[in-house]
Amino acid sequence: MLVGFGAERLGADMNRLLALLFHQGVLDEQFLQLQQLEDETSPNFVSEVVSIFFHESEKLLTSLRSLLMMVEGDHDQDHEGGLEYGKIGVHLNQFMGSSSSIGAKRVRNVCLAFRAASDHHNRHGCLRALEQLEHEYCYLKNKLHEFFQLEQQKVLAAGVRYPMNHYNNNININS
Amino acid sequence: MAQQGGSSSSGGSRILSGGSINVSPMKPLASLKVLVVDDEPMIRTIHKAQLVRAGINDVEVAANGKDAVDLHVNGATFDLILMDLHMPIMDGCQATKKLRAMGVKSSIVGVTSSGGAEKTAFLASGLDDCVSKPFVLQQIAHYLKVPRSPTNPPKYHNP
Repeated sequence: MLVGFGAERLGADMNRLLALLFHQGVLDEQFLQLQQLEDETSPNFVSEVVSIFFHESEKLLTSLRSLLMMVEGDHDQDHEGGLEYGKIGVHLNQFMGSSSSIGAKRVRNVCLAFRAASDHHNRHGCLRALEQLEHEYCYLKNKLHEFFQLEQQKVLAAGVRYPMNHYNNNININS
Repeated sequence: MAQQGGSSSSGGSRILSGGSINVSPMKPLASLKVLVVDDEPMIRTIHKAQLVRAGINDVEVAANGKDAVDLHVNGATFDLILMDLHMPIMDGCQATKKLRAMGVKSSIVGVTSSGGAEKTAFLASGLDDCVSKPFVLQQIAHYLKVPRSPTNPPKYHNP
């Protein structure tokens, strides 16, 4: 009983979770584009790409925080401050590109606001944006982990389906 | 906007001196060679998967502009180059200028999240086109499927 319904229930849970993330604006259709690139030859494509995204994003977040700590005060106009804001801009461009590429819409939007603050050398604005970015990133990471866990459980549940159904059909234990 | 007449050193134009147009025959997708140039492993993975899914089997990747240039110095040729802008060692602008100066005639399409003056400068470096990251295949279909002909020349954006 669990096996046949398990995979279906898990699939429904996955769809509900995705629908929620789309409704919240956390993900956009680019995530669906990624899913369409999955096939028999690369069944874990999305989870592999997202893993790379997580790995790279955490490096970027660490770098962004370090750079902001090196900037002193708002509208830092000295040469070193300008350099740090320049590096922040480069990191944010990278973060925007990668988040757009997996459909992480809210993360990308916060990066946009962060970049605007950085362009104006607004340290307080950058700090606020960084906190928001870390918050959005953590939420996205938790939800996508949940999604991929459901996917793994669904694969396991579907994997033992045939032998159980064959057994059930033969001895008719269903009541 | 395509340039008409005379010769041009810009990579975006395929006009030879005397006004004739260099027509490249359409190749089947499976025989196209594409180079993806981006410093982010994830982006390279996604772009390569998109191209393979479209039927292009020969997709090479490079992590920066210098690696892309070195491939060409070593004799590699490509039908299409997808070029990121911001990369370490050599960025997309420098790489595109270098490739055009070397006489590379491949279609080079910029793929970038940047806009405004940065994008304009990128286009002016010798790109045939520039699309936003992430791109959808339809945006570059022109460079994969449509033959270069007098009625449908490749685009080249003047600054």
